[in-house]
Parts: sequence; C-alpha cells; structure tokens
Amino acid sequence: MTSARWLGLAVLALAPLAGMGDYPLHLLILCLLWGFVYTGWAIMGRLGMVSLGHGAFLGIGAYVVVMGWNHFHLSPWLGLPLALAAAALVAVLIGYPCFRFKIVGHYFALVTFALAEVVRLIIVALRDTTGGSLGVTPQTALAKSAWSLGAMQCSSKLVWFYIILAVWLFGLWVWNRVDRSMARLALEAIAHEEDAAASVGMNVTRLKLSVTLISALLTCLGGVLYAQYQLYVNPETVSGIGISLQIVYGAIAGGMFVRLGPTVGAAFTLLLAEALRLWLGHDIHGLDTTIYGLMLVLFIIFMPKGILGAGLEAYAKRRRVPRTAPA
Amino acid sequence: MHIFDIFLLEAIVNGILLGGVLALLALGLNLIFGVINVVWICYAELIMIGMYAVYYLHNVYHWPLALAFACCVLLVAVLGALLHVLVIRPVLSAEPINQLLVTGGVLFFLQALATLAFGIEFKNVGIRLPAFQLGGMYVSVARLLAFAAALAGMVGVYLFLRRTYLGTAIRAIAQDRGIMPLMGVNPNRIFVLTSALGGALAGLASCLLVLQYDIHPAIGLTFGPITFMVCVLGGLGNMVGGFIAAFIFAQFISVGGYFLALEWGYVLAFLFFIGVMFWRPRGILGGK
Repeated sequence: MTSARWLGLAVLALAPLAGMGDYPLHLLILCLLWGFVYTGWAIMGRLGMVSLGHGAFLGIGAYVVVMGWNHFHLSPWLGLPLALAAAALVAVLIGYPCFRFKIVGHYFALVTFALAEVVRLIIVALRDTTGGSLGVTPQTALAKSAWSLGAMQCSSKLVWFYIILAVWLFGLWVWNRVDRSMARLALEAIAHEEDAAASVGMNVTRLKLSVTLISALLTCLGGVLYAQYQLYVNPETVSGIGISLQIVYGAIAGGMFVRLGPTVGAAFTLLLAEALRLWLGHDIHGLDTTIYGLMLVLFIIFMPKGILGAGLEAYAKRRRVPRTAPA
Repeated sequence: MHIFDIFLLEAIVNGILLGGVLALLALGLNLIFGVINVVWICYAELIMIGMYAVYYLHNVYHWPLALAFACCVLLVAVLGALLHVLVIRPVLSAEPINQLLVTGGVLFFLQALATLAFGIEFKNVGIRLPAFQLGGMYVSVARLLAFAAALAGMVGVYLFLRRTYLGTAIRAIAQDRGIMPLMGVNPNRIFVLTSALGGALAGLASCLLVLQYDIHPAIGLTFGPITFMVCVLGGLGNMVGGFIAAFIFAQFISVGGYFLALEWGYVLAFLFFIGVMFWRPRGILGGK
C-alpha cells in the first residue's frame, strides 16, 4: 500500500480515540459495516452477476444467530458457522441451476429478487419463532457486565468500531484477492460472451459459483455483525427487496468497479440522510429518500461508474495529459 | 379431506379472479418489454400513483368516480410516456442491466415522493362493493369487476394491436427494431406511444385495485415483485404466456394461502417461480 493509504488508515483507526461523540462514532461504524456489505455484493456485481437478492443472505446471517441464541442458547460464535453454512447452501441451491442453465442478466436478477422475498416471507410466516414483522432482539447478556464474549455482545462502541474496522479491511482484502485472480479475468470474459468463453475451456458454472459463494458468505457475515451490534433485527431491515435494492444502489452510487467504491456509496447514503435530517428536521418524512432516489436515477444515466469511479477516471485523464509539446 | 369443501372452491374462484387482475398487470409490463426491451421495475409504483390520484380526485376534491377513473388512466399514461422520455431513452443504448437499475431508481424515487407528498397513513377510497353469495361461497363484486375489466382490457389491447395501423407498427417494432426506420416509421414515436399505452393499462389496474385495497406508499412492493415474476414465468414479452402464468401464480397464492397461512401461499408461488426458471430459463412460453 502507498504511504498515503497507510496515513489514511491510521487517521481512520485513531479518529475515535480523539474523542468523537457516541453518535458520530455510531455513524462511522454503520458506514464501515454497510461498506463491508456493499463491497461483498460488488465482488459479484462487477463481474456481471447483478443480484437483487442479497437481502436473503443478510437475513439468514442475522436471523440464524439471533434465533440460535434466543431459542437454543447457542453462542453466536457457534451460530456464525451455522449461518455461513446456511447462506452457502442457499447460494449453491440457487446459483448452481442458474449458472448451469445460463440464467443471466434480467432473469438472474429476478430470480434473486424472488429469493430475497422468499427469505423475508419465511421469516414473517414463522412469526411465532421469529417475532414476524415486529422484529426480535437477541436476549441481552449485558445486564451484569459491559461485554460478554460468549454472547458476542458489547456495549462499548469503541470496541465495536475496531471489530468492524478489521472486518471491513478483511472485506477489502477479499475484494483485492478476487480482483487479482484469474477468476476475475475469466468472469469478465464470460460476462461479455459466455459461449465463447466456455468454448475456450472455462468452467463457467464453477467460476460463477465460487464468486457467488464468496459474496454470499461476506454478506452473511455482515448480517451476523449487524444483528450483534444493533441488537435488534426485523425482516424489513435485513431481508426482502428493500434492503437488497439499497445494497445494489449503494454499491453503484459509490462505484462498483472500484475497491473503495461501495464504501464511498455507503458513506454517501448515510451522510445524505443525516445531513437532510439535520437540515430539515424530523417532520419532512421521506425527503432524504426522494433526493436519494432522484440521484440514483441521475447516477445511472450520467455516471454509471459511480462517484468514486467517475472521480478516479477524471483524475486519471488529467494525469495522462502529455507534458512535452510536439517538436 | 372433503374435496368439494366449499372454502377450497371459494379459494379457487378467488384465485381465478386474482389471476385476472395479475394478467392485466402483466399485460402492460409485457407490452413494454416486448416492444422496447426494458423491464419497468417501477410499474407497481405507477399503479400506486394512479391509486392516489383516484383517492384525491374522488375523496378530496369530490369528483364523480367515473371522471376520477378516466383522469387516472390519462394521468398514468402521461406518466408512462414521461418515464420513457426522461429516464429510459437516455439509457436505451447502455447495458440492459443499467436499464433495469434505472427503473429501480425510479421505484425508490416514486415511493419516497409518495411518502413525502401523501404521508404514510393508509388511505381508502371508502367504496364498499357487496359480496354476493353463490351457493355458500362469497364472491366479492369488486374482484369480479376487476376480472371483467381485466378481460375487457386484454381484448381491447389485442384488437388494437391486430386491427389498427399503430398497433401493427408496434408489433412490427417488437419483431425487428432495426428495420423500422427503413420502413418509414419513427421508432421513437412508437416507443413513447407504447409507454403511454403501458401506463394507461397501469392506470386501469389502479382504478380496479383502489376498490379492493388501502393505499399507502409501499403498496407497490406487495404486487410489484409478483407482476415481474408472472411476466418472466410466462416469458418476458409474451402476452399469452403472461396471461397463463398470471392464473397459475394466482392459484398458488390463493390455494396455498388457504391450506397454510397467507405468507406460505406467496412462498410457494415464489418457489414455484424459481423452480420453473430452472426448468425453462426463458419462461413457460418464452424463447426470445
């Protein structure tokens, strides 16, 4: 990493120690957490597999750990591998037939759309166990102490910040590994012309499935952390098409082809909502989402590479200007 | 279990009636996709705006219902045309997934706009149509009306596409977009017209749905996903396929909801959709 990046990281890591208020720290944590989730989606999205159903994996992550803890006293540390296994299973069950039967583009997006709704509807239908649309809170282990390792709960935002920071960096590392792998080149070829790629000997199904699996597992982890941090989940915020679309748009607004793009998208969404809330107060319901929706449409029409993507392109263009005049 | 259980029969009949409405919704979406090759993910939101229009015209400004309905159809038709001109046309040459996503952005935008403008309380037009008895079953007149209007709408569109000059132009463009300018037809004008027609069908749907459901900004999310799935199930762009798929889907929802809880009916329908996608990736009657 360049020294500029190390500096940036150091500033980020040390900022909370300089005395941020609890609420700004909470916003920063959410930025990084959602940035991690959006990055997980973008690993798949940038390679031609646009999924409108990542809410399914998020919801599986959140609800498996909370249900395990509340009903079976299963520590979230054990619930986590269980959730990851469930997410992996769903990803393969949907992914394998999709990729094997060449369901791409619109059709793939709509199948994943249906998947997100299936997960949400199942959560709501099992309302006796899951609390349905009212949501559920993991039973608190913080009554006697400020943190409980077994329950994966902690009341200190500072500790959570470092946990989420580490996970976010891990997500960026995974993004990097996929970016530099042969799979990425192969998948880009597949996205252009699947039959030609297959004829050259690429195992299309296996390549697509492996990236889908990575993406699903990262999203699931995000769901687990979200549940343990917020200590409240409900089907609308962690599953269904609402959050699925939000993930897609956050990643696209920031720039899904760039490593830090999705994080920029997450920061942008959160800060826009906060800024409008501060400016307009609580009375005007929905103004922030209206502006956000409008900007999304404008982004996709005029800036399909997202904020960071377009910014980096403009920067690169300026640097390529020749310095010597023709003789 | 008594096969001729009257409630099961009622569920089946209601399923057929629901199928009629879904078929109407699917018709508009299929028309747009078949001709312009874009999926309007925000189609249900257009219907939502239409429903609010009827509410405001009839309940707040006290216009007669028939006038409110006519206005609603016109309004959503104009909205459809605007959607195409302002949002779809700039991305027509971009990747298909961008077109899908831009309509998703409009979905967000319309939902938020409705929240802003109309608030989040549920509104209702307050017209209570009776339910008549048919041998122990209760059949809602509102649903029957919706079914009849849907059938009429479909026949109307079919005749329009087959018998009028404009309809023929629309069908021609759906078959071969590239050659139309050579034949002297302005594809742009046809696209705007088709969008308006799709919007008008959405307006008709909102008139029918407003008699049955409460209005609130998120109502699009209740039948939006279902509408796409019906279209894709039948084969995107294939109107007969959409028709058949609508009835199949509605039966899953209705009968599934009868045997299990309401949500499971939807879960079954969606799982059925995913299953059929694996079997026939292009939809039952698809093949584009």
